[in-house]
Amino acid sequence: MSLLEIKNLHVEIEDEGKKILNGLNLTIEKGQVAAIMGPNGSGKSTLAYVLAGRPGYAVTEGEILLNGESILEMEPNERAAKGVFLAFQYPVEVPGVATMTFLRTALNAQRKLRGENEVSTPEFIKMVRETSDNLGIGQDMLRRGVNVGFSGGEKKRAEILQMAILQPRLAVLDETDSGLDIDALRIVSEGVNRLRSPERSMIVITHYQRLLDYIVPDVVHVMAKGRVVRSGGKELALELEANGYAQYTDEAA
Amino acid sequence: MPAVQETVDRVRQIDVDQYKYGFVTDIESEKAPKGLNEDTVRFISAKKNEPQWMLDWRLEAFRRWQTMKEPTWARVSYPKIDYQDAYYYAAPKAFKAPKSLADVDPELLRTYEKLGIPLKEQEILAGVRKQGEPSTLDGDMLEGMRSSGRVAVDAVFDSVSVATTFKEELKRAGVIFMPMSEAIQEHPDLIKKYLGSVVPTTDNFFATLNSAVFSDGSFVYVPKGVRCPMELSTYFRINEQNTGQFERTLIIADEGAYVSYLEGCTAPMRDENQLHAAVVELVTLDNAEIKYSTVQNWYPGDADGKGGIFNFVTKRGDCRGKNSKISWTQVETGSAITWKYPSCILRGDGSRGEFYSIAISNGHQQVDSGTKMIHLGKNTVSRIISKGISAGKSQNTYRGLVTAHRRATGARNFTNCDSLLIGDKCGAHTVPYMEAKNSSAVFEHEASTSKISEDMLFYCQSRGMSAEEATALVVNGFVKDVLQQLPMEFAVEAQKLISISLEGSVG
Ligand SMILES: Nc1ncnc2c1ncn2[C@@H]1O[C@H](COP(=O)(O)OP(=O)(O)OP(=O)(O)O)[C@@H](O)[C@H]1O
Ligand SMILES: [Mg+2]
Repeated sequence: MSLLEIKNLHVEIEDEGKKILNGLNLTIEKGQVAAIMGPNGSGKSTLAYVLAGRPGYAVTEGEILLNGESILEMEPNERAAKGVFLAFQYPVEVPGVATMTFLRTALNAQRKLRGENEVSTPEFIKMVRETSDNLGIGQDMLRRGVNVGFSGGEKKRAEILQMAILQPRLAVLDETDSGLDIDALRIVSEGVNRLRSPERSMIVITHYQRLLDYIVPDVVHVMAKGRVVRSGGKELALELEANGYAQYTDEAA
Repeated sequence: MPAVQETVDRVRQIDVDQYKYGFVTDIESEKAPKGLNEDTVRFISAKKNEPQWMLDWRLEAFRRWQTMKEPTWARVSYPKIDYQDAYYYAAPKAFKAPKSLADVDPELLRTYEKLGIPLKEQEILAGVRKQGEPSTLDGDMLEGMRSSGRVAVDAVFDSVSVATTFKEELKRAGVIFMPMSEAIQEHPDLIKKYLGSVVPTTDNFFATLNSAVFSDGSFVYVPKGVRCPMELSTYFRINEQNTGQFERTLIIADEGAYVSYLEGCTAPMRDENQLHAAVVELVTLDNAEIKYSTVQNWYPGDADGKGGIFNFVTKRGDCRGKNSKISWTQVETGSAITWKYPSCILRGDGSRGEFYSIAISNGHQQVDSGTKMIHLGKNTVSRIISKGISAGKSQNTYRGLVTAHRRATGARNFTNCDSLLIGDKCGAHTVPYMEAKNSSAVFEHEASTSKISEDMLFYCQSRGMSAEEATALVVNGFVKDVLQQLPMEFAVEAQKLISISLEGSVG
């Protein structure tokens, strides 16, 4: 069974009725790393949000199956407990809540939903310290409010730290590379690569072939106008870099 | 953060029974006849075996009260209170020094248990055992004392102070901590000198009423140079139907003394409103410090706004001595109506007043609270941090007054008022008054109003938290600066209360 199966997904904005996804099909295998590329406004972030269960979107048709089970009726936290993780394109600030506290609350909430024990404090601190060291995240950043006063690049690194602690089965990385300088790009990619495993699948949304030199995908999907219009191997990214999206936007129209 | 986890468990628990402390203890009580006249005042005074001077003091207040009008300036509205349709004194009858816990009225014990008072302290509270005697439970008393967090407790049950724990140890330190009724008998000089010296009997409608009919409360005196060896604590609880509770607290820190005092309040669920009009007076002499913390979760009324406590309280501290300090910290989550402005009179040169407040309103609650900082002495400093959280259909007003008098050169104040709105049917209002009568005073004021954004909630939820857990976390972040001011155990308790009172405000 595939880890994720999206069949004929139609999504519109709840209040306006504006259609964003138009019969999208996508399958992600266990352990697979899939890149999604596509022009601005093609619906990549919308897909990511709908997977994570953000309110405000209406699924008018289609199905999303995680391990064969529909997640459409699940609350965002239930999806998280089942292993869905979204690294946000624009991470949100939570003032007054230290990253350390935030992560521990999140991890324990997930574990409780899964019927597991709470993580012990020393174990947790050790886990966070190791991972944050690897990502070049200082202890003072962990004590500050979640994402408050973080630079763009720091926010992206913090998202990967969260992913490493929460150990998802399906990680969706929405433009995690945007706003990163060259060193940060390498550090973040290494962080992501460390988390690659046969038990973990990833959807990497990006505009730049450069990221895929670091995080080498198993497949590349091209999205346009709310649909997956082409799929191929990693060489497809090079082709897009050379030719742009013109042919797909015309095709999908 | 395990406290958040606990919070969530607690919230789940109360799904069925929203207000956990809303239980009624069925103990036959000895009530004063209904209504309020001079005889009521005499009845209360006689019950307490008070000396003539005390009765005269009360009667003078009562006569004054009859000429006064209920204030109407606060942003709260409530049906007219019929002061003749209430009882002004109620003592639990069954309270007669029992031999062991088995002999104690089980209802009373259940009350203590629900209030979270450890068993061995319950023994003392119920009068089974005196402080210093071995426990009938297992002889492991000292251990129990240690694990109870070293808090001396005075429980005021309706009108009567039930018992005071840790008396002996406090006595060795020279600290007096006893019910007000006992202090009137045993320390008349201190009472005559200080009672009404901060909040005069003529002060305001509710304080004057309290002066006439107060039934009990706590008295604390910390002598020169003594640092009180433990936190002092009072539980107030209104139990009887139709009784008002009018407790009177007086705390004096003599030169160089220090004391930290905690006050917790609960009340059972009732359909009708109950009146609570307390007066708290604090006095610090030279270089002394009093830290007064309140966690108030009186019954707020039901989902339709029926019932709940009317809380009209006068709390005032007088920094009478040089370089003395008074700090008020409050977490207000309960009451149908809160009318409360803990204040500091900064009389001594170099004295310092602080006010840290978290006021949460949900459902139909109305909160009008804040503080007054009256700068009279030179180089006096005050600091106000107020966090108002409104949810449901509630209204939450911060009302503050900062004044510097002519003599108060070099006075400084910093005020920070933040409001957080949850949902769009509630309101937050900020009413700051500032008045400097000399040009060297420096007042700073910051204010903000924000909403818990859907994005913030979704971000937390996408990491595995439920809507309630997410709200609790965001709110805890919002109130962090104030929670840090509370003693440790109280902070944890307060955190739980915050999420309980916000239950049902999201999702
Ligand atoms: N809440 C909303 N209300 C109205 N329109 C929306 C909303 N959210 C998304 N859209 C629209 O849906 C389309 C898809 O947006 P989405 O953010 O998914 O694109 P994207 O592929 O992630 O683009 P980018 O590459 O720029 O990040 C856009 O036209 C966008 O304006
Ligand atoms: Mg996007």
